[in-house]
Amino acid sequence: MSSTTSTTAGARDHARAQEGTVVDAMPTVPAAGAGALPEGVVADQVVWAETIAGGGYGHRVLAAGTTVRLTDPTGDACAGTLLHHAGMPWERLNVADTVKVQWQVYTAAGQLLLSDQGRVLATVLTDTSGHHDAVYGASTRSRNQERYGDGSPQGRSPAGRELFLLGAGKHGLGRRDLPPSVSFFQGVRIDEAGHPVWRGSAGPGASLTLRTELPVVLLLANAAHPLDPRPEYTVGPLEVLAWRGRPTTPDDPLWCATPERRRAFENTADLRKGLGL
Amino acid sequence: MSSREVHRETVAACAPWSWTLGRGQVLTIVDLDGNQAVDFLAYDAHDTSRAYSAQTTLQAQDSVFLTTGSVLRDNESDALLTVVADEVGRHDTLGGACSRESNTLRYGHHTWAQHACAENFLAELSRHGMGKRDHVANVNWYMNVPVDPDGALGIVDGISAPGLSLSLRAEKDVLVVVSNCPQVNNPCNGFDPSRAEMIVTEPA
Repeated sequence: MSSTTSTTAGARDHARAQEGTVVDAMPTVPAAGAGALPEGVVADQVVWAETIAGGGYGHRVLAAGTTVRLTDPTGDACAGTLLHHAGMPWERLNVADTVKVQWQVYTAAGQLLLSDQGRVLATVLTDTSGHHDAVYGASTRSRNQERYGDGSPQGRSPAGRELFLLGAGKHGLGRRDLPPSVSFFQGVRIDEAGHPVWRGSAGPGASLTLRTELPVVLLLANAAHPLDPRPEYTVGPLEVLAWRGRPTTPDDPLWCATPERRRAFENTADLRKGLGL
Repeated sequence: MSSREVHRETVAACAPWSWTLGRGQVLTIVDLDGNQAVDFLAYDAHDTSRAYSAQTTLQAQDSVFLTTGSVLRDNESDALLTVVADEVGRHDTLGGACSRESNTLRYGHHTWAQHACAENFLAELSRHGMGKRDHVANVNWYMNVPVDPDGALGIVDGISAPGLSLSLRAEKDVLVVVSNCPQVNNPCNGFDPSRAEMIVTEPA
């Protein structure tokens, strides 16, 4: 007896019948079809709407002036984040400059995510979590192998670095293109002796918005934080919604919040102008 | 255990330097004049895509500072070097290198033309066929970067002194790349860059 997929026509019908299937972790395409938009955002402005599974990754090229809202619906997301200047990926997130230039190691609303070229790749606009980490970065395959028995990117406990490698690869980038990263929604504090104090998440429903200040490649690796003390690999879904807008302008209170930030915005605005943006 | 000296060299104030250590060899860095920050990168000599990673190093130890016993790890968590002796007791992993670009943010656009560690690293990495992609966050030997309870951090006066040293044992063949920091706008080297001595030894 032949099956319904034993012929070309049958296999084609079977493949086409799958359209419209809805699963937990998937993009909405076109993104304009995403429901429940924030106040003031119209469907036509939305460029990226996706739920990234725990243990999954996301990546997108975004124009300057895009707002990206990340939401942790369960309290167990951990949004490992890297930014590269789109088309010029040798300019990329520099975590050391980000914390050093702003004299602050803990991420909060108003923090700029700085490149190694003295410019702003993205601005943290709003934040209802306050539980983030710029010190410990992504887990590695060997660390997850040791802790959970597997760190491979498509296994049951993917390492953040392995997921970053896959996302970066889709943009022609490789191992040498992965600098230190920041993690949103799982926090660590450093005590005065330099020891880490695990804070975990702020609970379900926290969200954070970033505004891109240059064209960027945004890489998201949603993997358990390397210092998460729970014995079981634990990471929940991460929701992404992005919409078009304008980069930060000099009349925005953020522009002159500190002299360091003003100079970073000035450097960035000059480059945008030079690029004709 | 006795050891044999393989190489000894004084790195001038503000200058770059690099060396490939064989497995088991020990690099001793001497802060000759005191309070000098020595910016330091390391790579697997046989696969330079395996670079020192501040973040994996800190994942595997209980403090953001480095001292005796600390293991410097690469981006895949493999051990590159171990601190086997340290007369200072605290070294920085968070601050990274100075660059012309970050100097414009930290101090003002007038610093644009000043010499900086990122320039030293680019020049020295290029001698090994490596480029900007390979420039990641580095260790700052002798640099003092405290973290306050509210998260404020900054480079403050050093706690090193003339003649103090630290020693690193290579756990595999390791390329080390140094920028003997030229920064003149903050206290990392007392606003006055000075010399550092590099001594390579191996078990006799």
